[in-house]
Amino acid sequence: MTLLSLAWHSLGSRRKSVLLTFCSLLISISVLLSVEYLRHQVKESFNRTVSDVDMIVGAPSGQLNLLLYSVFRMGTPTNGIQYTSYQSLKNNDLVEWAIPISLGDSHHGFRVLGTNKDYFKHFKYANKQALAFKHGTAFSGMFEAVVGSDVAQQLGYKVGDKIIIAHGIAATSFTHHDKAPFTISGILKPTGTPVDKTVHTSLSGIEAVHLSPRIQQRLIKSGSTVELKPKQVTAVMLGLTSKLAIFKLQRDINNVSDDKLMAILPGVAMTELWQLMSNIENVLRVISLLVLISSLFGLSTMLLASMQQRKGEIAILRVLGAGPLTIFSLILIEALIITLLAITTAIGLISLAQHLLSDWLASHYGLFLNGHLLTKDTLIAAVVIAIATIFTALIPALEAYKSALHSALSAK
Amino acid sequence: MLKAAESIKDRTNNHDKTAFAIDLDKVAYRYDSSANVTDLSISQWHVEYGSQIFLYGDSGSGKTTLLNLLAGVIKPSKGSIQLLGSPFSSMKARQRDKFRARHIGVVFQQFNLIPYLSVIKNIQLASYFASTTQESIQESAEELLLKLKLPVNTLHKRSSELSVGQQQRVAIARALINQPEVLLVDEPTSALDSSARDAFMQVLLDACQAANATMIFVSHDMSLQDYFESSIAMPLLCQPENHPEEIQ
Repeated sequence: MTLLSLAWHSLGSRRKSVLLTFCSLLISISVLLSVEYLRHQVKESFNRTVSDVDMIVGAPSGQLNLLLYSVFRMGTPTNGIQYTSYQSLKNNDLVEWAIPISLGDSHHGFRVLGTNKDYFKHFKYANKQALAFKHGTAFSGMFEAVVGSDVAQQLGYKVGDKIIIAHGIAATSFTHHDKAPFTISGILKPTGTPVDKTVHTSLSGIEAVHLSPRIQQRLIKSGSTVELKPKQVTAVMLGLTSKLAIFKLQRDINNVSDDKLMAILPGVAMTELWQLMSNIENVLRVISLLVLISSLFGLSTMLLASMQQRKGEIAILRVLGAGPLTIFSLILIEALIITLLAITTAIGLISLAQHLLSDWLASHYGLFLNGHLLTKDTLIAAVVIAIATIFTALIPALEAYKSALHSALSAK
Repeated sequence: MLKAAESIKDRTNNHDKTAFAIDLDKVAYRYDSSANVTDLSISQWHVEYGSQIFLYGDSGSGKTTLLNLLAGVIKPSKGSIQLLGSPFSSMKARQRDKFRARHIGVVFQQFNLIPYLSVIKNIQLASYFASTTQESIQESAEELLLKLKLPVNTLHKRSSELSVGQQQRVAIARALINQPEVLLVDEPTSALDSSARDAFMQVLLDACQAANATMIFVSHDMSLQDYFESSIAMPLLCQPENHPEEIQ
């Protein structure tokens, strides 16, 4: 018989109210831990989207806008830049590599990205990880395409399948470039970034589907491998020879006179975007904290309400030699048992949900859950919850202390 | 139990022969410390080791207050209480709690047991607070239950499943588990019918004698007086100048 087992039995004797309190705590702790966990995962997922790209050049708009459509494939590009600008950027001494990207078409709701083979060579995500093929290779012909892993998985594509690209970016489009089907030449390995939801083709391919049908037919029949040079691209991603040149090049690009260009630094733009998101994140945290606090007050109320019926019990314990401090800790232990059980169950529930929902979250929201729930942050959160429990349980514990101090043998 | 009784004898023999198990000196107690009225006042009272005293008085005569003082749940406003040769009333609260756990067994009117715990857990609780490391607590408890004429399987029942009479006997077992030198008993039979009462009194006295404990038995029921060799009335005890140990 110890204080712990006494507390356990005491809780067991008030099963119903304890169970209700436990459920209320379980829900609020689950919400709190989920928010903490998702916050972490979103940030990680966000930060892994692009890596090793020193600069993105596009038409002047805002840096967030350019970042959103070029990296996250969100929103619509407002304008393009001249293809010749891409060429001159590529030939710039400070530029090591340049990837042109051309957006604006879609395939069953997935964005189509026109680019060239440099994309597969130089584009990096996460921790400077290059794209890798699960099946097949990069496109070589004009009407070949490389699809991301989500596209292949959701639409059931394999190498050699033919797909048709629609104009515009809506899931249903009235203009299908159906005279010119693309053959899938490769499927990428999952990256956990928007690349998974992208159909990649050559710039010439994009250009070709927008030609008039007559010219298009002639082009397909002739099997021409001539590269059709587009007039415009949406943006260019740059890798520089020296990081020190970044600001000079940015200034130079912003001052080009024969085309309107804007150069942004992905790192800076990502930070700005994240700051916007972190406001929402903080609101979520505050809400989940408030929910937790209200549950803890519920716990405290439950224990306090039981004090009246426990006066006799306290008198017995006093007579057996338990000091008022022992009674005080008994109440704290009871509160902590409920909270710790709720925390453990919450972690179990979230892990289960994570296991069951990760595919759905990845396909619907592009949120890739991969980290373990049991991180240092979760542990810190658990400790904070436990401390908060102690603080709220002080109210009933003090009541018990007082009751113990004044309890006498005449308990009836 | 025999062994236990012997060890108690050893312990009692170690005490100074002239010392008393219970020794009250000019004790006064006021519930309300600001009031001028003294609720209980005892100038002198000594109880010898091993004696069993019947203390009677009407309700309101201060019996329970006296028991609370002897149990150390409350402190006298004036005077001193010595228990087993120790300055009980001047100990720190924590020491007094520990002393009570180790040396004093208490049985009160009713609701002696924690209802949601099994009998054995209730008994173990007493030994937990006394921090005695009894290896064979189960055996001692079984022995005690047998002495108290309770079936051994009672040990694993929940206290709330027992009859009031059984609960009171379990309360004695619990009070005796730490082999206390002092046993304080407060109207333990008030919830029992007469046949249960007689059986209860018999087992209580037997168990108490076997344990060689000093017992203070408080009741307003004068018919119980016959079970005891010495008795004292509360009003007499509270008289300013008295020598109650001489009163029979």
